[in-house]
Amino acid sequence: MTDSISLIGMASVISAGLTIGIGAIGPAIGEGRAVAQGLASIAQQPDETNTITRTLFVGLAMIESTAIYAFVVSMIILFANPFWGHVTGG
Amino acid sequence: MDLMTIKQISPDQVLFWEWGPIHLNATIVFTWGVMALMTLGSWLVTRRLSSGTKVSRWQNLLEVIVSYMQKEIKEISQQETGSYLYFAGSLFLFILVSNILTIFPGFIAPTASLSTTAGLAICVFVAVPIYGIISRGILGYLKQYIEPTIFMLPFNVMGELSRTLALAVRLFGNIMSGMKVAAILLALAPLFFPIVMHALGLLTGVIQAYIFAVLAMVYIASATRVQRQREQKNKNDKEKGESS
Repeated sequence: MTDSISLIGMASVISAGLTIGIGAIGPAIGEGRAVAQGLASIAQQPDETNTITRTLFVGLAMIESTAIYAFVVSMIILFANPFWGHVTGG
Repeated sequence: MDLMTIKQISPDQVLFWEWGPIHLNATIVFTWGVMALMTLGSWLVTRRLSSGTKVSRWQNLLEVIVSYMQKEIKEISQQETGSYLYFAGSLFLFILVSNILTIFPGFIAPTASLSTTAGLAICVFVAVPIYGIISRGILGYLKQYIEPTIFMLPFNVMGELSRTLALAVRLFGNIMSGMKVAAILLALAPLFFPIVMHALGLLTGVIQAYIFAVLAMVYIASATRVQRQREQKNKNDKEKGESS
């Protein structure tokens, strides 16, 4: 029993790190590109700053939500692991 | 941070009072706290309204907030604000107040619980068809699901469901992550860094409140507006045909 507990603990910690680490790559690249493009368009058309900023924020939230999903999954693995209670009988 | 230990992922797990099957957890307590605060505050402010040039500073604050929301809604939906203000504005103010109040120690934002955010997202999920049916009729609203072809029906329905899920998990994840990062840093480097991350969490909270309300408004606008644009286009085409 002890063996499977340590195995599950090890797998959870490693996979939580991998989840947030790999899951942050894509949104980071996407947000960087979006912000760069938004700044370029503000520099081109300063009159449209309000509209561009609002659309940019909404878009950023959409992109960011993928990273948030990865984060939520890693938090579930760490703090509310369903297999952990299964093994320890809690 | 004292109420919630680092191992607890949701304020639902913090119990204040228990009697048989009835649990009074932190989410319920702080949700009612925020609601009571907002109701009491707006009652106190609107008790003595003046329409003259001499305006109290609190009335000024509320006027600024309401007129800003009206302007934003008008720009996003390209329609008169109407009753959208009550719905989107309440969502915005509730999320904003509960996120900002986290600067008080001991306060746990109710939006850090998935049940609160899921409830708010379900409100949006229900409100979109209601506004759509009011402005376009039942058939007109249902018709948008089979556009451009009937084969798009499952994808449209799936999109409706998944965006509700995304709305709930986005808000929950952002606020919960802010709290957790501050709590973890408090255990690791308690001197200075938790304050910085907390400030970042406040910024995220304000932005998320804004985004939640804007997205709700965008969904409602997309359910109510499409038809109007098409009618406008038909009218323009007809006028063009007559003039040529």
